[in-house]
Amino acid sequence: MARINRAEVERVAFLARISLSDGEADQLVQEFDSFLGYIETIQEVDTEGVEPTAHPVSLPTPTRPDRPAAAMDAGLAVANAPETAASGFLVPKVIGTEAEG
Amino acid sequence: MPEGVGTLHELRAALDAGETSSVEIVGQCLRRAEASQDTLNAFVGLRAEAALREAEESDTRRERGEVRSPIDGLPLAIKDNMVQTSEPAHCASRILEGFISPYTATAVEGLERSGAIVIGRTNMDEFAMGSSTEHSVNGPTRNPWDADRTPGGSSGGSAAAVAARIVPAALGSDTGGSIRQPASFCGVVGMKPTYGRVSRWGLVAFASSLDQIGAFAQTAADCAWIFEAIAGHDSRDSTSIPEPAPAYSGALSGDVSGLRIGLPKEYFVEDGVDAGILAAVRDSVAELERAGAKTVEVSLPHARYAVATYYAIANAEASSNLARFDGVRYGHRAVGAKGLTEMYCRTRSEGFGTEVKRRILLGTYFLSAGYYDAYYRKAQQVRTLVRRDFERAFEACDALITPTSPETAFRLGEKTSDPLTMYLSDIYTVSANLAGIPALSMPCGSVGGLPVGLQIFGSALDEATPLRIADAFQAITDHHTACPGDFA
Repeated sequence: MARINRAEVERVAFLARISLSDGEADQLVQEFDSFLGYIETIQEVDTEGVEPTAHPVSLPTPTRPDRPAAAMDAGLAVANAPETAASGFLVPKVIGTEAEG
Repeated sequence: MPEGVGTLHELRAALDAGETSSVEIVGQCLRRAEASQDTLNAFVGLRAEAALREAEESDTRRERGEVRSPIDGLPLAIKDNMVQTSEPAHCASRILEGFISPYTATAVEGLERSGAIVIGRTNMDEFAMGSSTEHSVNGPTRNPWDADRTPGGSSGGSAAAVAARIVPAALGSDTGGSIRQPASFCGVVGMKPTYGRVSRWGLVAFASSLDQIGAFAQTAADCAWIFEAIAGHDSRDSTSIPEPAPAYSGALSGDVSGLRIGLPKEYFVEDGVDAGILAAVRDSVAELERAGAKTVEVSLPHARYAVATYYAIANAEASSNLARFDGVRYGHRAVGAKGLTEMYCRTRSEGFGTEVKRRILLGTYFLSAGYYDAYYRKAQQVRTLVRRDFERAFEACDALITPTSPETAFRLGEKTSDPLTMYLSDIYTVSANLAGIPALSMPCGSVGGLPVGLQIFGSALDEATPLRIADAFQAITDHHTACPGDFA
């Protein structure tokens, strides 16, 4: 039995905010199945009581004095944005559009 | 084509002897980069004017006796995923088209502070996701040894540029082997240091717990100079190691007598790797034994789970990191979207290439409700076991030697239609990233006219031992001096 179906691939794609063509979705169902089959080999490993590693070098959370410092110039910070207004990022209307779910 | 450039050490000596100038060297590199571009496609952009201006400044410093470091005035290339003020950084992706960086990466700042000169940016797999430099919006980079083959990846442009003697050295990044595998395919030295040794500030994130900046050069001694410029603590990277980086050049004693070299038995199995590669690596180990090193067999029992563990973790982290590319603050934005969600979805679909989408989706799946424990957490637990394997192995030895890759450079297009096969080409390299330990690849022979790489793992924080072994090996052998015929 397939490990994943088309509806699940589409659900994941929406979570990742990526829209897929029909062709892409079909191909991904097949590829996911082979990847998941491969990655499932780790289920053989006995990890009872083993702490997970999030970072290879464990360091205490670094702290620094809370002092005011110069920030990046606002104009420079928005210079790469596709659309701006003053020193802000402009986005399509968020509230009151049908497309939002 | 203009003549190829020498090593950093050779160029330093020529500068100090007054035989050449930084302007001359940088000009030569730029002309060679242009002349080889149609064949190799190693670069995505050159900064000719700025580089020549900086070379003039370096020449003035030298005349005044104010040389800042051994690499002052010497040219390097950087991978397209490191930012430099007022320069583009596209990660070989459409989604970052038009991006001009407002700041400079710490590692690149280190080069600038040392007086080194960045001549251009090198091609890569999009967002460093790939093992062949074929997944690039700029088209594939080709291997200088055989233009029908890949240079490896993802730092394929940097590896090819050094192999073709366009630049003496280059920076790359290594998340699962992206420096070492291309170094192996192109016949140059490539090293990733211990995780946290070089700041990741200004390196576009792929998988934050695995990514590490490192260096390519023809020799280990040149790599040592680069690490002296780029390694060290940086408060802007919260995973940066607080201890100061050692003076690596000082560790290159040329002596390996008494060093204990571990050979992990899982990496020397006949059926998993090209026989010629195994023979070349074994011959090189014998060479080191003749020089006084001792060998000991060790075991890394979880090695066979490393690729699966790596792809679970790397894709999960990538899906989170790449959420920032949303068409709001930088890069590509889809036109004419009705509403924010549609804008996000269309921007990301248009902006990311197939491989990047595939990995984001897999990673999103691993992190999604109901699957997190089975994939992501489980992989993190196996990661602990992989790390412990290395800790145990290093109780019996000072460094480990393995092949870098089970094969030599494969043909363009050979693996693009089968992503899982492509992933398996990282089989010998990913463990170092999971464990966070330093690892380098150096040329140790050839099979069918293509270079073979030998990998040396060091224990955490000990870049010096792999560099010392490689340097000693290069003093008694000449594999590293082999130059691809078309670029000799």
